[in-house]
Amino acid sequence: MQSTLGQPNGTAILFFVLVVIFTLIITYFAAKKTKTTSEFYAAGRSVTGFQNGLALAGDYMSAASFLGISGMVALSGYDGAIYAVGWLVGWPALMFLIAEPLRNLGKFTFADVVASRLKSGPIRIASAVGGLLVVLCYTIAQMVGSGKLIQLMFGMPYEMAEIIVGVVMLLYVLFGGMLATTWVQIIKAVLLVFGVTVLTVLALAKFDFSLSNLYTEVVTMYPADNMLNPGGLVTSPLDALSLGLALMFGLLGLPHILMRFFTVPDAKEARKSVAYATTFIGYFYIVIPIVGFAAAVLIGKETIKGIDAGGNMAAPALAEMLGGTPFLGFIAAVAFATILAVVAGLTLAASSAMSHDIYVSVFKKGHATEDEQVKVARISVVIFGILAVGLGILFKDQNVAFLVGLAFAIAASANFPALFLSILWKKMSTQGAVWSILVGGITATVLIILSPTVWVKVLHNEVAIFPMKNPAVFSMTAAFIVAIVVSLLTPEPEAQEKFEDDKIRTYLGIGAE
Amino acid sequence: MTARDFTNSEKFKDLVRTRWTFSFIMLAILFVIYYGYIFLVALHRDFLAVMVGRNITVGIVLCTAVIIGSWLLTLIYVAWANKVYDKKVESLKQDLQ
Repeated sequence: MQSTLGQPNGTAILFFVLVVIFTLIITYFAAKKTKTTSEFYAAGRSVTGFQNGLALAGDYMSAASFLGISGMVALSGYDGAIYAVGWLVGWPALMFLIAEPLRNLGKFTFADVVASRLKSGPIRIASAVGGLLVVLCYTIAQMVGSGKLIQLMFGMPYEMAEIIVGVVMLLYVLFGGMLATTWVQIIKAVLLVFGVTVLTVLALAKFDFSLSNLYTEVVTMYPADNMLNPGGLVTSPLDALSLGLALMFGLLGLPHILMRFFTVPDAKEARKSVAYATTFIGYFYIVIPIVGFAAAVLIGKETIKGIDAGGNMAAPALAEMLGGTPFLGFIAAVAFATILAVVAGLTLAASSAMSHDIYVSVFKKGHATEDEQVKVARISVVIFGILAVGLGILFKDQNVAFLVGLAFAIAASANFPALFLSILWKKMSTQGAVWSILVGGITATVLIILSPTVWVKVLHNEVAIFPMKNPAVFSMTAAFIVAIVVSLLTPEPEAQEKFEDDKIRTYLGIGAE
Repeated sequence: MTARDFTNSEKFKDLVRTRWTFSFIMLAILFVIYYGYIFLVALHRDFLAVMVGRNITVGIVLCTAVIIGSWLLTLIYVAWANKVYDKKVESLKQDLQ
């Protein structure tokens, strides 16, 4: 089959322009409602549980998981599906441990929650820096990945793709704030789930709607590859435990996800939004491996590798084969919209850490007028937007696959323990929280650098100093131990008093923002 | 009654205890489901390769089952919170007035 992937595709451009125009119209209306900081960062707390569920799902179902997991299944079979499972299991944990208290205690950022009963200055800086590091790693990975994907799908120069993503997402965030960003996510999540469903139905139609037939074809075509059984992804139990911890608890420390819980009116809606998000994401991860297996049979591994060695083009190539150029165009436009939406959410999270946590709360000690706060928020959006595009271009030819793992490891080791203990543990002290964030973040970063993903694959050394792919089992444990030991050594009676005072708010939601 | 008396009351403490007990039980079930699956993948590959249908392996079934199981856990939590937790919260709010 002759593929038009990589050439400018009329339908794709048309769909993409439609999506951009539509989302900009929404931004225009959202802009009218975005005057105060609460509107800018938290959409005026007016988002319903269902809408927030879709937006959360949108934030999480990035182009990397759509194209990456389907590609991984197409090339290595069952291992890709194991990965998909790992990405889902954080959601129930998020629900059980932090969704409701987070909503009740927070204002705009998760640092609000950690700082609520501790000495504000040091803890704000530490958690804002932890948050920013996670967002930065995640953003670079998204920008580099997206530039390459757009280059492959639209045949557009890499730098131009980066600049388009940067400019359009800046328009959403700058003018429409959280409200526009939420709606962009909702639209994209609906388009993505719809597109993937159509793709799966068309693919299964080729196998008389029988999964058995599909798997039989897979085994017949690749008898030597053992596609239906686990391969090399999970071999050592300790490694598996560590990766599982990072994926599960990393979610509970991702600032752009946590931020969405402040957009709903109360804890009950926060709870509902996790249930809806898990529903959409669960469906997505059940269906995505089917797309991957179908691509392996209908397109063929060699052809997929021929378009892109990483397998990222398996889903778009399948779309083209089953629905022709128009469907390819649709899927490509959805992937592009996905990138825009995810980067917009990340930018808003970075901006809230820079302006709300650092500028307003630390430099201005909370004394800033509403106008001033919104102005600083917008300035920080522009700074981060330019930084994102710049880093995206700078890292063009770098292997950045490790950055997502790093983002999750830092989130699980620096942000999650401090956040969780400050909600649950009375004796948590300011020193304990600050040291926990530092130790967790630094241990995670250093061990990732010494691990095979960076030490061997990026720095081209022979043998990795730290043998595991993910350090969470050590770095997260270290963060918890440090938090507990240091807190016990530096008792803080005022913080314990405040913990008791906050209980009515934490559990009953009385006095929540 | 001061706010501190209120949060120190047996009724309020019961709310906090119930909430976290339920959460940690649910988390424990999630761990058993997910890590049970991962350890089967790492250590008992032969079991995953057993066929339960024509070319449908135990591994494929389990992978879907873990996703559906995690999803069901979130739904159970919401149902519990609506039914048990919210009732206790309402009753406590009444006392406060």
